[in-house]
Amino acid sequence: MDAIILQILNGLDKGSAYALIALGLTLIFGTLGVVNFAHGALFMIGAFCAVTLSRILTLSHVVVDSTKTDFLGRPLEVQVPYVYDIFGEATGAAVIDWAVPLSILFAIPVMLLVGVAMERGLIKYFYKRPHADQILVTFGLAIVLQEIIKYFYGANPIPTPAPAAFTGSFDFGAILGFDPNTIIYPYWRLVYFAFAAVIIGAVFAFLQFTTFGMVVRAGMADRETVGLLGINIDRRFTIMFGLAAAVAGLAGVMYTPINSPNYHMGMDFLVLSFVVVVVGGMGSLPGAVLAGFLLGVLESFASMREVIDLIPGINQVVIYLVAIVILLTRPRGLLGRKGVMED
Amino acid sequence: MSKTNLTRRGLLRSGAVAGAGVALPTIFTGSSVAAFTNEPTGSTVTLGFNVPQTGPYADEGADELRAYELAVEHLNGGGDGGMLNTFSSKALNGSGILGKKVQYVTGDTQTKSDAARASAKSMIEKDGAVMITGGSSSGVAVAVQALCQEAGVIFMAGLTHSNDTTGKDKRANGFRHFFNSYMSGAALAPILAKNYGTDRKAYHLTADYNWGYTTEEAIRNSTEAMGWETVAAVKTPLTQTDFSSYIAPVLQSGADVLVLNHYGGNMVNSLTNAVQFGLREKVVNGKNFEIVVPLYSRLMAKGAGANVKGIYGSTNWHWSLQDEGTKAFVKSFGTKYGFPPSQAAHTCYVQALLYADAVQRAGSFNPCAVVEALEGFEFDGMGNGKTLYRAEDHQCFKDVLVVRGKENPTSEFDLLEIVEITPVEQVTYDASIFGGQLGTCNPGA
Repeated sequence: MDAIILQILNGLDKGSAYALIALGLTLIFGTLGVVNFAHGALFMIGAFCAVTLSRILTLSHVVVDSTKTDFLGRPLEVQVPYVYDIFGEATGAAVIDWAVPLSILFAIPVMLLVGVAMERGLIKYFYKRPHADQILVTFGLAIVLQEIIKYFYGANPIPTPAPAAFTGSFDFGAILGFDPNTIIYPYWRLVYFAFAAVIIGAVFAFLQFTTFGMVVRAGMADRETVGLLGINIDRRFTIMFGLAAAVAGLAGVMYTPINSPNYHMGMDFLVLSFVVVVVGGMGSLPGAVLAGFLLGVLESFASMREVIDLIPGINQVVIYLVAIVILLTRPRGLLGRKGVMED
Repeated sequence: MSKTNLTRRGLLRSGAVAGAGVALPTIFTGSSVAAFTNEPTGSTVTLGFNVPQTGPYADEGADELRAYELAVEHLNGGGDGGMLNTFSSKALNGSGILGKKVQYVTGDTQTKSDAARASAKSMIEKDGAVMITGGSSSGVAVAVQALCQEAGVIFMAGLTHSNDTTGKDKRANGFRHFFNSYMSGAALAPILAKNYGTDRKAYHLTADYNWGYTTEEAIRNSTEAMGWETVAAVKTPLTQTDFSSYIAPVLQSGADVLVLNHYGGNMVNSLTNAVQFGLREKVVNGKNFEIVVPLYSRLMAKGAGANVKGIYGSTNWHWSLQDEGTKAFVKSFGTKYGFPPSQAAHTCYVQALLYADAVQRAGSFNPCAVVEALEGFEFDGMGNGKTLYRAEDHQCFKDVLVVRGKENPTSEFDLLEIVEITPVEQVTYDASIFGGQLGTCNPGA
């Protein structure tokens, strides 16, 4: 029982990342009809927003410590961050410690800009082209973006830790009456799950309860009719692209303490997120979220030692197996609209 | 007016002969004048540096390339000479190799076996490289080593830690200076017993490929021999990025030590995840929970950041060693590039010098003469103390370092501290235990 609870918890945070990325993918597909293979790169750029802010906050000047020597025997040059000079050492250290949460504020405008620039600069020229063309161009763009990041930040993972207040793990086992240490869960992953829930809730609220959202939903259902009513739906869809980029970027920002970001992290999530979208139903926002969490939990269960012993290699293929079954039995996905992908 | 006697039949004949000549790969053909593949005939000799320049190990590859460039500079008489001043063999004098100026070409392994073979083949066929060296993966090393054996050039392996490179997949034309999984296990086990006791339950997470298997086997054998029990060993996919679902069941298993048989990005992520789960703050079976990383590299330690603090592992070399060879190399490298070299840089620099020295002593670039010069060669002054290139398997035998993540690093390069220098006798094994046959050297032509 405790193992099952543990794997459900594990699946939830992985599912949070899948759900956030898939939500953005679905928004773009639903509004613009574009299959965006560069969406993983947006997740990666978001993560590097956190790295960038962290580097800005740790910009330093050199103070020579003559009591110590460096590796060549010269007096040691100690890097002192400017924020120490501005706020004092204690406050400065706290600001650096909270770099990842602070990066949310930094990433939102950056990702909106990146998203709008991507849509206006490249994607809009491919609206009327076949999906294969869209996939090729966005996949190429993803490779270009990750090579740019590698050029500036290197190929090595860059540690970007969570604030010290969130280190360690919460012992669920003790609360639920199990032995101590049987069900532990890192604090930051709880934060990630809660953060994802808030973002998903905010996106749904935005689409459900605002006039802008209502127009976008109407556009998703029947773009032509909305256009005939004199509404500039293209401009709204461009903003939605920016919004989808921001959602992916925020997912990336908050993911950095879970795994040290590197230039390739977007690709690692991209294919799985597409599977999530297909399983959830192309164009269905609730489907994307539901499938994200479901597949995250499923992947966790498939990684259990007992399951691998029973079916070796299942942990690597389980998600794709589910995708195959869904495509064979219900091509529109779990919550997809009737007719979508079924013609 | 001149007239050419061009006939259709003549044109076809000449074209067929020329075409066959162009199409036949030169590395598999002999030349009536050359005694061996790519025999240098001019005033220069070309070496091929095959390192990951793109892909996940690109940073490690960049450090290897820096080391090779430094080695070439020293071989040609430039800079301060580095380890040439401390190397026990005095055959090299800064005038290139056998009086020929050293040039180099580079290839990109991408840390993929097929790409690494293609780049090595190109350097041998098109650029005339007489020796191939470098790399940051055992899969690549084994693949390129086999290619060099077929082509008739020497392969001086870069960073490769699997037992197989000089075990079941060894080749007569291939040589490894870097240590291996067996040596990591033999060096680490006594230190683990001393610090964590002999009554421990270990849980292994192992990267699902060749290097992971040999490392798990080595660590299991060494730790079980001193009394540890292995409660589980779980294979993890090489492409895994989030290890939470593998780490969560560790505490439930009753284990009190987690051994991460991971390298590169796998290790950075699995260690980060394990620390996030707070494993190191837990007390299991009345003991503090511990994590062990059998193979450390500085670039991995940098990626994992503060998570490496206090965690034991092993390395081939570390820049903080205080022998004369290390000091000379660190000074050369540090002065040229502004930071201390990694162990990958060290092994590559040493391999380049060892090859050059072997050619110089043999008086020939012929691979078979080089093999003869390197087999059973004993040397010192290269940063690892007295070292032997064992004739039976072409593996270097030298002291192994046990290191620990530093609690208070002074810079981003000062992440590990040396806990013990394990003497070579403790890590030496019988050459036959891993099987394989060296075969005979292949000069190519």
